[in-house]
Amino acid sequence: MSLSDAPTLLPPAFEAWFAARGWTVRPHQLAMIAAAKRGEDALLIAPTGGGKTLGGFLPSLIELAGLAAATPKNRPHRLHTLYISPLKALSVDVARNLTAPVTEMGLDLRIETRTGDTSPSKRQRQRASPPDILLTTPEQLALFCASPNACTFFADLRHIVIDEIHALAPQKRGDLLCLALAAISRWAPGAQRVGLSATIKDEAELARWLAAQRPGESERQAVIIRGAPGARPQVEILDPKERIPWAGHSTRHAMGDVYQRIKAARLALVFVNTRSQAEFTFQELWRLNEDKLAIALHHGSLAPEQRRKVEAAMAAGKLDAVVCTSTLDLGIDWGDVDLVIQMGAPKGSSRLIQRLGRSNHQLDTPSRALLAPSNRFEHLECEAAREAVATNALDGEPLQTGALDVLAQHIMGRACGEPFAADALYDEIRTATPYSGIARDTFDRVLDFAATGGYALNSYERFRRMVKTREGLWAARTPQIAQRHRLNVGTIVEAPMLEVVVSSRGRGGQRLGQVEEYFIEQLAPGDTFLFAGQVLRFEAIEEMTARVTRSTDTTPKIPSYNGGKFPLSTYLAARVREIVQDPALWASLPDQVRDWLRIQRLRSELPKADGLLVETFPRAAHFYLVCYPFEGRLAHQTLGMLLTRRLERLRMRPMGFVANEYALAVWGLRDMSGLDLDALFAQDMLGDDLEAWLAESDLMKRTFRNCAIIAGLIERRFPGQEKSGRQITFSTDLIYNVLREHESDHILLRAAWIDAGTGLLDIHRLGEALTRIQGHITHQALDRISPLAVPVMLEIGRESVRGEGQESILIDAADDLIAEATRLD
Amino acid sequence: MTNRPQLHDFQIQGMAARADVAGVLVLPDLATLIVSDLHFEKGSAYAARGQLIPPYDTRSTLRRLAECIARHQPQRVIALGDSFHDLGADGRMDAVDAGELQALVAAVEDWVWIEGNHDPAPPLRFGGTILHELALGALTLRHLPFEGLAPGEIAGHLHPCAKVRGKGRAVRARCFATDGTRLVMPAFGAFTGGLNVCDAAFGRCFGATPDALIMGQNAVYPVRAAKLIPDRAQSRPKSTEAR
Repeated sequence: MSLSDAPTLLPPAFEAWFAARGWTVRPHQLAMIAAAKRGEDALLIAPTGGGKTLGGFLPSLIELAGLAAATPKNRPHRLHTLYISPLKALSVDVARNLTAPVTEMGLDLRIETRTGDTSPSKRQRQRASPPDILLTTPEQLALFCASPNACTFFADLRHIVIDEIHALAPQKRGDLLCLALAAISRWAPGAQRVGLSATIKDEAELARWLAAQRPGESERQAVIIRGAPGARPQVEILDPKERIPWAGHSTRHAMGDVYQRIKAARLALVFVNTRSQAEFTFQELWRLNEDKLAIALHHGSLAPEQRRKVEAAMAAGKLDAVVCTSTLDLGIDWGDVDLVIQMGAPKGSSRLIQRLGRSNHQLDTPSRALLAPSNRFEHLECEAAREAVATNALDGEPLQTGALDVLAQHIMGRACGEPFAADALYDEIRTATPYSGIARDTFDRVLDFAATGGYALNSYERFRRMVKTREGLWAARTPQIAQRHRLNVGTIVEAPMLEVVVSSRGRGGQRLGQVEEYFIEQLAPGDTFLFAGQVLRFEAIEEMTARVTRSTDTTPKIPSYNGGKFPLSTYLAARVREIVQDPALWASLPDQVRDWLRIQRLRSELPKADGLLVETFPRAAHFYLVCYPFEGRLAHQTLGMLLTRRLERLRMRPMGFVANEYALAVWGLRDMSGLDLDALFAQDMLGDDLEAWLAESDLMKRTFRNCAIIAGLIERRFPGQEKSGRQITFSTDLIYNVLREHESDHILLRAAWIDAGTGLLDIHRLGEALTRIQGHITHQALDRISPLAVPVMLEIGRESVRGEGQESILIDAADDLIAEATRLD
Repeated sequence: MTNRPQLHDFQIQGMAARADVAGVLVLPDLATLIVSDLHFEKGSAYAARGQLIPPYDTRSTLRRLAECIARHQPQRVIALGDSFHDLGADGRMDAVDAGELQALVAAVEDWVWIEGNHDPAPPLRFGGTILHELALGALTLRHLPFEGLAPGEIAGHLHPCAKVRGKGRAVRARCFATDGTRLVMPAFGAFTGGLNVCDAAFGRCFGATPDALIMGQNAVYPVRAAKLIPDRAQSRPKSTEAR
């Protein structure tokens, strides 16, 4: 595609508009127009600032301009283009950006958004008279599918634009979206799909995901169109003046340096990985803020009005820095950011590149980033990430096959909309790439689940939610059932949250945002904690509200969990292993970190990239075994659980374990240095032991709860309902136990097991790691702790050991009762 | 943990009692086993209202009850009310489960159904005697606990649960609630939830938060009221106010 094609592809009005702005149309934008003309689905990959959004919409705008010119002024508006993004705010932002070309070219078009916040009257109007372009979210699309007349509503649809497609596709939301697209493609067979993204690891995989498949034929994929790459970002790793900590995630030591950089920048975005890190960083920066810089805080738990205020101030250029979490990752651009600071390790190169994209939207000047690692291991990880950015090496886990709980929700949704025939729906869902390989038997079981619960004890015939009409079509049994289903649409299952309200003298109050119920549960009245940038004193819980007062304390009494929320990506982990094993790659590391690795080499050895280093040593009254798989905390915790079971059988009397992102430490009462390590780490530990442990674990129950909610087995909690989140958790645990006892192969248990493999337990990854290290385990029997072991050992006692039983807490509580010989004995 | 008893022996108003970790109470001197709040067919009651939760709760509850009866070999079994989740439970029960229940009742010398608020008229077809309440020596057995002094009362209805904090986390489990003079039974049904013993409802019966015999995995853990915490960190009702 060359620019000489422009005249044939770009109508004069558009050409004039580009010229008036002093722009020239970009080659990838023309390629998008050409692909649309050929009727092809297209995946556009272009860096931020590369005119990606406009590229996605140009084919629509050109067609719509033609339609508007050819038909009378009051032509009936019909839905022509659908835009789907993962964030409500992104829809609003894009609507605003589209308005400029549309009004400047004098196009008579209606562009509207529809999100969870859209008023019922506006929704109704949109239904009766659809806009030309509708900007919405996957959940809203699922709601359309679950409504009558969806077929007519979508009949004239020509284009579907999916923004930030890399963020949606790997999630259950992506499954839900893909199923909705399959339905829409049946109602509007001519509709073309466009995917937009700046960071994609496996382009072909996403191009397949985007295209509609044809069962029985070879796999189809969207045509891939690439924008010119922007200037490579400049990434610097902070070499702080202070001592770099061995462990922990506070990054306190780097705050002074970070503050100086903020001061020197026009507008800095300070990214952190968790909400509590955001709170901590914000507080520390203000402690140093002698220059009264305007530093704001932005994270997902803050009240929407608070966030809107920060966004508006950013856009107006009134801020110097914003401390934020992944809420500002995606492509909303509120201000003229010239520096991105990442506190703590970025955990994945794609995430870092995405965050870098938030700074400096001119393609030809490089964006600037500063990485501030919070401990020594994170220095290695940041180094790996910097190299990844330099070579634009993206990471990301491969897409999974479609989740069965999401399919159950979609099937029920379809029955709430236009009645369907099972055979036709089976064919339709197989056009959605995540479900293209689903067996008919599995589909039928999910359908039966949606209808009757799918139990072998077939006793719910008369309570079924779906019935088959005389014509053989499936439909919701009653309108009430359909209405209840619509209230439960979506795949995002939030942890139960409480509103945080500040009051003075127990009256009135200002809403600050929401906090997880489990966090508040651990507090006693009077405890102080950090939230919304303030130290708050917890007073009491009333209904769904946590009542707090402002505290004069400068340090909160209750520190919150500071661990990295994102797992270390497989890609970065592999690079970190390579850096560690090869001193030639240490040149750019700070002296402190280099010395640490040098002493490790003297005292023990360096872990090999393709192997596993195991160290054993005595310390105080215990014997320790520390290993370094570098596979992320979740996989290590699962490994710890399985190893302790095995060690117990070997009569090593293990006492506990602790894991961080890089290492695992197990301790016990016997010396483990004489064990056959190949046998200890043999892959068969993922068999019966895993199953036995997993079935009882809290994580499995939580996974099951999410599946049960998404699949519609139990209903979500709504504001004003009496049922607290805790009671829902409680009852899904009971359901889980009873179902496992009586029908262990139930489809929902199967769905939960599949989720567990990739979700909270990272079993897949552990399995791959165990394969990798087979026959490559090296053992160092030491007389004392090694330098590399220090960080994980420092975690002991900081974190409650997962899986360690509830029973031990009860034993402690009961024991001292017995000691006191109370009236009960 | 291995040495801990699955049974916890104590006294209620001077009468020997034994709390079984499975959630039943045995009075050894009277060869009597007490179980409360079975809530048969709670699952199907939800299904009738559109939530198709598994229909196996009756089966699960029956199996555990049969195990308890086999373990203790009582001459008398007393089901302390709310044995059936609602008046329609009987009609929804699977034939296999109904047969099991009939056989279980028939195998015990004396089976008593105490009326509960969920089952004011327990079905007749399973056998056994239906009573509103029952006096056994110094003990009175009824479903609804009396709000006020009631020494010797054994009741159900409240589904007591207790919560204990330790090691930075909290554990919540079903329990027997007692102050040594009277007792509230844990709910036995597979789908029954629980009410924290720190709730005011227990205060109205016991005059304060009662002690808890907490049902762990393999053992009963007696825990004093002072160590129990309410759900969701609410401030505990002041003891002066309750007494």
